[in-house]
Amino acid sequence: MLYAILCYNSEDVVGSWSKQEDDAVMAKLAVVQQKLAKEGRLGPVARLLPTTAATTLRKGHESLVIDGPFAETKEQLLGFYVVDCETLDAAIETARELALANPGPGAYEIRPIRIFRPGPGIGAT
Amino acid sequence: VTDIAWIDAALTSARPRAVGALLRYFRDLDTAEEAFQDACLRALQNWPQNGPPRDPAAWLIFVGRNIAIDGVRRRGKQEALPAEEVISDLNDAEAELAERLDGADYRDDILRLLFICCHPDLPATQQIAVALRIVSGLSVKQIARAFLVSESAMEQRITRAKSCIAAAEVPFETPGAVDRAERLAAVAAMIYLIFNEGYSANGDPAGIRAPLCDEAIRLARLLLRLFQGEPEIMGLTALVLLQHARAPARFDANGSIVLLEDQDRSLWNREMIAEGLALVDKGMRHKRPGPYQVQAAIAALHARAARPEDTDWAQIDLLYAALERLQSSPVVTLNRAVAVAKVQGPEAALAMIAPLAPRLSGYFHFFGVKGWLLLQLGRAGEARIAFDQAIALANTAAEAAHIRIHLDRLSKDSAPGGDVEAGRR
Repeated sequence: MLYAILCYNSEDVVGSWSKQEDDAVMAKLAVVQQKLAKEGRLGPVARLLPTTAATTLRKGHESLVIDGPFAETKEQLLGFYVVDCETLDAAIETARELALANPGPGAYEIRPIRIFRPGPGIGAT
Repeated sequence: VTDIAWIDAALTSARPRAVGALLRYFRDLDTAEEAFQDACLRALQNWPQNGPPRDPAAWLIFVGRNIAIDGVRRRGKQEALPAEEVISDLNDAEAELAERLDGADYRDDILRLLFICCHPDLPATQQIAVALRIVSGLSVKQIARAFLVSESAMEQRITRAKSCIAAAEVPFETPGAVDRAERLAAVAAMIYLIFNEGYSANGDPAGIRAPLCDEAIRLARLLLRLFQGEPEIMGLTALVLLQHARAPARFDANGSIVLLEDQDRSLWNREMIAEGLALVDKGMRHKRPGPYQVQAAIAALHARAARPEDTDWAQIDLLYAALERLQSSPVVTLNRAVAVAKVQGPEAALAMIAPLAPRLSGYFHFFGVKGWLLLQLGRAGEARIAFDQAIALANTAAEAAHIRIHLDRLSKDSAPGGDVEAGRR
């Protein structure tokens, strides 16, 4: 079974770490990641940019672009994509395509990725 | 068990919101700061055992407020403090408090806290110092170090600034849309000042003043989180990120300035650039350009160029032209002239800066740019005069040293020909 593990923490607190503190945490996480990679159990790993860099496409009769992250509690996270786009407009266009394919309520939060490691892939050793 | 580093970071990040709310309750900055300090001490005792609260800022506001109210009562009646368990049992109280204080309250609290630091009677350096003390919570020692002054001098400066703020009318009513926009603009300007104070620290290879840049970035992100849809705040945040991303490449090992086109671009911080570019894109969608957005867009074009020769100077020229319309100043025109030199050649650029001479006669960079343009036109004698004028106006040793490199090169080139000024260094 493949699992996605989604990371939550206080952005304020993590954002006030010094570079040394941040590096130290990343180094500790890298140890875990390397172990998983060696076992052929690690897929892509991503660290996202702050929510201030996010834009949200609210689906619906007429889709609406809102600055900031997805902030509703009525809906739940059901999936995610990683796409390569030249500009934010291109990313919004991509989200619109998805919205057309899957109309109805819901939203897409479009968040730039800070660090992306595609990983060796599942089953790779 | 919660580790101390986590608590420290939580207290730092909760500070603007907590002090802002306490200021609203007590309407007195000293009381608010003291209440926050006391709440932090309580947190240091309480959190390691009981674990961190779900909302640290709400906890600190609640505890800080209670301690301060107790203090007032105690001074009045010499009454005993309530038992520790009574004030520390916050499980339910905290949830209730978090409900009561909604996001909109916090937003105006933090904006107010930042805004009172922008008092027009305070000179820029004092605004910055007091904001770093009150909002960011840096120690007087840290601030003094960043400003390269003694701790006692900084202590005095901050005390004076605080009494000026205390004497002023602090606007406690919820601001209307126009007031809010004005406050936001004043606060954005102050954050950019903090950034520049750290950034313009020429010849600071030890990075003594770099914390100012980090703090400005943190405050800009904070402001943007409160005002998610403001394109100029996106621009401000992008601008400070894109400029700071170049910090590791701006000085060489000797502390000398490395010009943009000579910088090792592999040293630029790619993560900051990514965030900056994303914010420039976000701002642009609003089609409401302002000075921060335009400056950020210029920085973005530099960041996007893998090599100096890939720089889109024509677009930079257009953006400076837009900036001239938004915020006309001789310094903007001078910067534009650099782009014009790249696009149309040094002759056109020289013609562009000629009318600026009377207003920029005391400005180091004016003569630096002028010398650089004359040099490209092969007018060595005039270039040397301009460079000499630049050195006389240099603000730091690093600036002077940078110009001297040009002069030395000039002397070498012209020595065999026996130029009249060849012997001069």
